[in-house]
Amino acid sequence: MGGHKFDTYETAWCPGCGNFSILNSLQKTLGELKKDPHDVLIVGGIGQAAKTPQYISANSFCGLHGRAVPPAVAAKIVNPNLTVIINSGDGDSYGEGGNHFIHNIRRNVDIAHFIHDNQVYGLTKGQASPTADEGAVNDVQVDGNNNIPFNPVLMAIASGAGFVARSFSGKPQHLEEMMKRAILFKGYAMVDILQPCVSFNKVNTFAWYNKRVYELDDTHDAGNRLAAMERAMEFGDRIPIGILYEKEQPTYHEKHPSLKDGQVLVAERNNPALIDKYMQEMV
Amino acid sequence: MYNLLIGGAAGQGVDTTAAILEHWIKQSGCEVFTVRDLMSRIRGGHNFSCIRFGAQVPCCHSEKLDGIIALNAETVSIHRDHLRDGGFILCDSAVETDDDFVIKLDMAAIAKKLGNARVASSVAIGAALKLFGVPMSTEQADSVFRKSVKAEYVDINVQAVQAGYHAVPQKFEHAGGNASDHMLISGNQALALGALTAGVKFYSAYPMSPSTSIMEYLSLKSAETGIVVEQAEDEIGAINMAVGASFAGARAMTGTSGGGFSLKVEALGLAGMAEIPLVVVDVQRPGPVTGFPTRTEQSDLKFVISASQGEFPRMVIALRNHEDAFYQTIRAFNMAEKYQIPVILLSDQYLADSTAAIPMLDSRKIALYEPEEGPAGEDYARYRFTESGISPRKFPGTRDGFVAADTDEHDEYGHIVEDSETRIRMMKKRMGKLALLEQEILEPELLGEQSPDVLLLGWGSLYGPLEEAVELLNQKGEKRYSALVFGDVWPLPQKLLKQLASSAKYIIHVEQNYTGQLASLIAEVTGIKTDAGILKYDGRQLSGEEIADRIVKEGF
Repeated sequence: MGGHKFDTYETAWCPGCGNFSILNSLQKTLGELKKDPHDVLIVGGIGQAAKTPQYISANSFCGLHGRAVPPAVAAKIVNPNLTVIINSGDGDSYGEGGNHFIHNIRRNVDIAHFIHDNQVYGLTKGQASPTADEGAVNDVQVDGNNNIPFNPVLMAIASGAGFVARSFSGKPQHLEEMMKRAILFKGYAMVDILQPCVSFNKVNTFAWYNKRVYELDDTHDAGNRLAAMERAMEFGDRIPIGILYEKEQPTYHEKHPSLKDGQVLVAERNNPALIDKYMQEMV
Repeated sequence: MYNLLIGGAAGQGVDTTAAILEHWIKQSGCEVFTVRDLMSRIRGGHNFSCIRFGAQVPCCHSEKLDGIIALNAETVSIHRDHLRDGGFILCDSAVETDDDFVIKLDMAAIAKKLGNARVASSVAIGAALKLFGVPMSTEQADSVFRKSVKAEYVDINVQAVQAGYHAVPQKFEHAGGNASDHMLISGNQALALGALTAGVKFYSAYPMSPSTSIMEYLSLKSAETGIVVEQAEDEIGAINMAVGASFAGARAMTGTSGGGFSLKVEALGLAGMAEIPLVVVDVQRPGPVTGFPTRTEQSDLKFVISASQGEFPRMVIALRNHEDAFYQTIRAFNMAEKYQIPVILLSDQYLADSTAAIPMLDSRKIALYEPEEGPAGEDYARYRFTESGISPRKFPGTRDGFVAADTDEHDEYGHIVEDSETRIRMMKKRMGKLALLEQEILEPELLGEQSPDVLLLGWGSLYGPLEEAVELLNQKGEKRYSALVFGDVWPLPQKLLKQLASSAKYIIHVEQNYTGQLASLIAEVTGIKTDAGILKYDGRQLSGEEIADRIVKEGF
């Protein structure tokens, strides 16, 4: 097991998978932020991306498909000293876990959520994910995907998220900057990471993304929600990457009367004198 | 012992009236047991509460009434047949009835004269107290209402009680008793208080009757105790949050009813596979699906014992009464932590919503499990193979190594594996906990005769009704009856059962379900077959009297 640096282990991903680059960027970012791996908890659901916690030397939680967010926020709630990061796929985060995605934006616990978004279900061999293009053909959607693609960044901004960014696994420097900003952001921060699937997505390839993505510059006002929504709707010939929206707002801990002073609930008990008082109240 | 029913439409204050009355009656010394029969609606319909009280402990409700407070005419027509000869029906003069036992009182007019029509129910409270010979003083009235209404409404309610008290003659002698210093507690409150005593630090749930009052009570105490009570976005989120909190090192619980439990089952397996302590409460109500949202049933037993795919160890404890709810909840946390398993507490609406006067609970009676400190050094393995099969826990943030949780089959470090050898060792490590649990399980409680001719089998909240049933049956003196009431239901304790079953002439299961789930489980585990079943599945709890009547009627 690793010491004080973020090692990686042999993975089960396909050669050329975008996950390698994302894992590498995560490892580099955490190192640059000088995080002690012992204080870092990486959480995943189930899927190819959700195996990320397996491949990095830090605390890890590999839970259920679609359910990465609830245990992640709860771990952070009871131990605010942890740096909690979710690495999970688009199926996990937006499909099976859609309800947790929406409502944990509202809860605003200080975690970073990195969604490896390749528009397909990789582990089950290529079915359409919520972000799949209309018309995308695979073994299940044999006549092409009929559903309107889910727009995660627009949804996040609309739901009240304080930090919404998009990046591309093919631009590691950009990705590392986005990861860094998301981890440092106080509150729920999501980065939708565009990522090719070499095995099952023959349309949205590295070259396809690489041709389309462009970095947001100073002309974009990330503090303007409407402007952010407008950029969030841009997905086609040109896809903006960068911080679409950023605005600090009170976090779950800051608003919670029992947690606002940094309380840690790990291995704590309740005061027996209080219990006795509660019993007296019932006499 | 007396039995008083308060009935009316939802929104008429039946529950508040009953709460004030039961408290007052208990203060006067009587033992109290109150059941609530509520409809799943906010206004209208018919709701009632029954307060049974006396010098002896009423261990369950009774169908026979000594008094009825009818807040509307419907209450009279529905419950009149259960009134004993010599009982009374107290109602407003406006209620159209010419029943011989009716005591009409101008409650509305008195209330109006006092200046607020809404205190009519306090007029009824005063009259009921007098009829049952319960003493009433202005100071006492003042202290009761100070607890239950806003300050500006205290005086008018006190006046209303006094007016009611003086408007009727005393009808019964005071029932007596020494319970004035007892606690008056509901089943859900007892469970919540047990959780607080056990050190719960994180409770996440989605509102669902009849479990919601657990969350309400914990919320009420969250600021002072510093615990987190989180209303999750759904039941799945609720249990996954509790698992995450527990993984990170906080004692955690989630609660729901059967429908919510159905949604939670995959994460129950997560706690089993990832060896994360968790307490899950299922306050049962009649199913399937929505069923009767506010009524009672015991039909989730076989479901929770086998819920979730695959095989993993778990413990299931059925709560039998208010004291049991408190102590077994503490024990559930200890067992969950000691064996790193999910422990399921099975309650039901009857126990959850009923209140009982009980002697003060002892918050120090059950020592809280103190886990051994995990090993030092970087080479920490969360799923280390040990002699006992239990791997020492550490929490994320420890300086010694990393803490992992994994739902895939995994090696000692929590890394995914697919080899046969590790799979077999890990299965044996997890499933081996069942044998350890079998050393810990508590035998069922035997009520009545030590060597019975007729052995009744029950579980959970039928404890009280079975206690009364056995007492009634044994009074007949023809046969020896006893009841064996299970609290721990999984793993199933077998010793006492096998011992009694070998000598009893008849074994009869008594359950609040259609199929006799305990009987079926017993047959599966022990081969012991029952001779008959007394079953009820209409959402209303069997009373002791009803059980005794049906046993006799069936020729046992």
